[in-house]
Amino acid sequence: MTDAASAHSSQHPPYLAHHFTDIEQQNESGTLGMWLFLLTEIMFFGGLFASYAIYRLRYFEAFREGSHLLNVKFGAINTAVLIGSSLTMALAVRAAQLSRRKAIIAFIILTMVLGIAFIGIKLNYEWSADYHEGLIPWMGFHVESPNAAGVRLFFCFYFFMTGLHALHMVVGLGIMCVLLHMAAKGRFDGGYFAPVEITGLYWHFVDIVWIFLFPLLYLIGGRY
Amino acid sequence: MPMLGPLSGQFAALQASPGIPVFPPRASTVAEGVDLLHYFLTVLTLFFTFVIFTIIFYFMIRYRRRSEDEQPPATVTHMPLEIAWTVIPTLICVVVFLWSASLYFRNANPPNAASEVIVIGKQWMWHVQHPEGVREINELHVPLGVPIKLTLTSQDVIHDFFIPAFRVKRDATPGRYSSLWFQATKTGTFHFFCAQYCGEGHAAMIGWVHVMTPDDYAAWLAGTSRGETMTQAGERLFHQYGCVTCHIADGTGRGPSLVGQFGKPQKLRDGQSLIVDETFLRRAITQPNSMPIPNYAPVMPTFQGQLNEEQILQLIAYLKSLGEEERKGKGQ
Amino acid sequence: MSAALAEAPPETRVHYLNADYGIKSWLLTTDHKRIALLYLGSVTLMFFVGGAMAVMMRIHLIDPAGALVHPDTFNKLFTMHGVIMIFFFLIPAIPAVLGNFLVPLMVGAKDLAFPRINLLSWYLYIAGASLAVYAMVSGGVDTGWTFYTPYSTSYAHSQVMATALGAFILGFSSILTGLNFIVTIHKMRAPGLTWFRMPLFLWAIYATSIIQILGTPVVATAILLVGLERLFHVGIFDPAVGGDPILFQHLFWFYSHPAVYIMILPPMGVISEIVTCFSRKKVFGYHFVAFSSMAIAVISFLVWGHHMFVTGMSVYAALIFSVLSFLVAIPSAIKVFNWTATLYQGSISYQAPMLYALGFIGLFTMGGLTGLFLASLATDVHLNGTYFIVAHFHYIMVGGAVMAYMGGIHFWWPKITGRMFPDTWARLAAAIVFIGFNLTFFPQFMLGYLGMPRRYATYPAEFQVLNVMSSAGASILGIGYLIPLVYLFWSIRYGPIAPPNPWRATGLEWQTSSPPPTQNFEIPPVVKEEAYAYGPPGSELEDAHD
Repeated sequence: MTDAASAHSSQHPPYLAHHFTDIEQQNESGTLGMWLFLLTEIMFFGGLFASYAIYRLRYFEAFREGSHLLNVKFGAINTAVLIGSSLTMALAVRAAQLSRRKAIIAFIILTMVLGIAFIGIKLNYEWSADYHEGLIPWMGFHVESPNAAGVRLFFCFYFFMTGLHALHMVVGLGIMCVLLHMAAKGRFDGGYFAPVEITGLYWHFVDIVWIFLFPLLYLIGGRY
Repeated sequence: MPMLGPLSGQFAALQASPGIPVFPPRASTVAEGVDLLHYFLTVLTLFFTFVIFTIIFYFMIRYRRRSEDEQPPATVTHMPLEIAWTVIPTLICVVVFLWSASLYFRNANPPNAASEVIVIGKQWMWHVQHPEGVREINELHVPLGVPIKLTLTSQDVIHDFFIPAFRVKRDATPGRYSSLWFQATKTGTFHFFCAQYCGEGHAAMIGWVHVMTPDDYAAWLAGTSRGETMTQAGERLFHQYGCVTCHIADGTGRGPSLVGQFGKPQKLRDGQSLIVDETFLRRAITQPNSMPIPNYAPVMPTFQGQLNEEQILQLIAYLKSLGEEERKGKGQ
Repeated sequence: MSAALAEAPPETRVHYLNADYGIKSWLLTTDHKRIALLYLGSVTLMFFVGGAMAVMMRIHLIDPAGALVHPDTFNKLFTMHGVIMIFFFLIPAIPAVLGNFLVPLMVGAKDLAFPRINLLSWYLYIAGASLAVYAMVSGGVDTGWTFYTPYSTSYAHSQVMATALGAFILGFSSILTGLNFIVTIHKMRAPGLTWFRMPLFLWAIYATSIIQILGTPVVATAILLVGLERLFHVGIFDPAVGGDPILFQHLFWFYSHPAVYIMILPPMGVISEIVTCFSRKKVFGYHFVAFSSMAIAVISFLVWGHHMFVTGMSVYAALIFSVLSFLVAIPSAIKVFNWTATLYQGSISYQAPMLYALGFIGLFTMGGLTGLFLASLATDVHLNGTYFIVAHFHYIMVGGAVMAYMGGIHFWWPKITGRMFPDTWARLAAAIVFIGFNLTFFPQFMLGYLGMPRRYATYPAEFQVLNVMSSAGASILGIGYLIPLVYLFWSIRYGPIAPPNPWRATGLEWQTSSPPPTQNFEIPPVVKEEAYAYGPPGSELEDAHD
């Protein structure tokens, strides 16, 4: 307590915000804040998952039919891509812990590349194909089936949930641009890498959401 | 605010007094029970509010600050008191819950002999159709002393059918059926209201329930012009829309026979079993292949958009009547 | 009262208000105290906008045929009144104004955990509020604040999207504020400030924040789906294409019931602070009050179905929701009894904050007990959708939450502004509010049981007398709210200078000057006593009983 005044001026690391008493408090606060934010995201996606579950129970045949119209191959490739990007993100955090500036930059770039690949595969191979096949509910939906209404509902959920997920990925990529900038400037080292770690948490969450989405949307009623 | 007791004389006096009415008329078998519970809760509320205010007033005066430096004694936790004022409200709540739940449970299911009337809400009026075929708009004639079941649905947005004098209320939701029942105990004319906001004309979506003696009601029924009964209309639709071509009565058609099916459980292809009630039939007509049944291919076309709510209900009335003599004979 | 500490007058001392000047220093501030004032201005403005709509409605309802506006306009008035009062006043008011100002002070920190996110929260509030105001002036929205489908998705021809978007954005503001408070309370408490030494206001804010972060995202989903449905007409809630309008109600009420506890828990926290200070006694049953806040937060998530008893839900589901709804009343009852017992053998003074607090206790008791009528299935069937509901929630929200907010604003006014307000005027206003409030809303209980539905622009003539009584009361209530606006503004310039602790209260916020310096404390505090150490010297050092 008595040292507070002197410690403040002489030992104040540049990355310690003024309102925190020490770096532990800052790191713990940041991490707790991100966990709480992820909790809100779970509730947000949770509402959609709950609605999906209710309609799937009600229209199982239609949902199975809709699921079979999806491209499992690309869905699976994307799953691998995203899990890979979580690996590279974790390696970026590790590099930051070890103060390896070049490695941090390399792994963040790799993560972003994989993330862009995910979105690219979705846009180019899946969603554009869906459009041409008349599977987008509000853009010329056309499915010949006695279950058409239920299939349409399935695709609503497919596009809303994967669309929201993709939006979260884009936001994540934006955050990584900022991280990249900070890493390039040498801001991270063994003493301070909280932003990398927190971004890693967010990115892992985005990955986990996909891991739930993939089987629930692509693998209904057994596809393999 | 006078304390209100469950004495009917006091109640009648309140009704008779001009100026400010306090209670709506009690015109159904459940009204008295609901009012009694309401009285109790009112007394409870006013009592506890009065007690809290009184204690606060008393403490405010008794313990008002007399000098700037006076030192009140330290606060000491008093566990017995904490437990008491946790347990006692809990017990009161349990009592009220059980009382209310038993009333609600009793009121939830219509007696078997209930006569059924269809009520369809639409922006911004109520269509009423009696089984005998009489139609009304924003009016509902019912006989005294007979349980009446209303089957409610909506043609557009969610409405709600509320008869204050009977203490009944139920949402009328598009795409599904709900029901309420009552047995009127007083002749007269009573309000009904739409009680779920439904747009510009929500406040105008009101009407009158006319409770008549059974004789008067029969006379009214006979004297009012009408078309076919609901069952007759349903039969006509059954033929008009081609249902009869697949649903042959002896079971040889492309679709199952529908004779005597109402009220029975139906097994679905995925194993679950549903009761063939109004909701089931409505879904079968509008989303036929959402409930595939064993042994029949899911090829029934949907009639969503081709039949309005009234017509669907007429079809259901007809389907209910199929095999009814057989069911009645079995004492159901 | 005379200053306990020698204190340089605010004009010469540097504090958070005069530390920096200019519009940028306010609009780009990260100081939680300035952000609290930004919120104070915004929520006050929205309160009077929403209040003006209420006045218009009450004038309109003097006549059974409607005295003022076309039914369509009336429908827009009650919708916007609800949207504004709930989303843009009640939900943010105490957390974002008093919480923002006080949480760091009460924990002994320099600011919240994330000051920039705090500022972002305010900008999100402004964005949401701007959309709501835009919706209001460009035709209005008429779905009711509850946005029930399929009316809101397929039938309403009004500014549903703008309003929904405004509420959606406001939700994020609310989530971020709650997140900030949770992290601050967990991680930034001063040395010696254990959980059970925290002021009860912090417990209340903590419980509220949990509800905010868990519940708000679900209504965000509900609103998102309504917006997508309106845009794309895909049929999520449209029964004609297989959708279920009741699904919306479940998603909506899953948040909106806990939301009412977001609106009442912080006021309860304020009451704990005021009652203890103006009785000079530690709150009776501190642990019970603290745990009750947490219990309310948990149980509040389990009762949403009681808004849907007449939708046709299964009898068994209804029974479960009913019993849980009764259960959620118990912690609130425990609090009321503990507050009342705090007065026992206290040293009670009746300045305006205390009058508001005592009024709260009585009116909240009544409002809460009328909730039992609605938890009770048999009576709810009759009362749902009527003015009884309107009276019930206004007793809690206006007789409860707004009175506590007013009490809190007055209690901490000297801390926030460095000035005292004129207490005589304040007490007068409190009395006018109390009387006007009861005259406005008590008749509505009676209207409800008689059967008058809510959201009615016109009504049968036999309901007129009670409606006129209610409208007359509303005029008095309005005056009661305008008076503080005048003298509080006046006091900023002309009120007597306030000492650091004019009420001789305990709590870290009173250990610093009025107004506080930007960094809150000259020397970071260390806590050595229990909360509310009003007892005789030495009695509060040991944690013997609580």
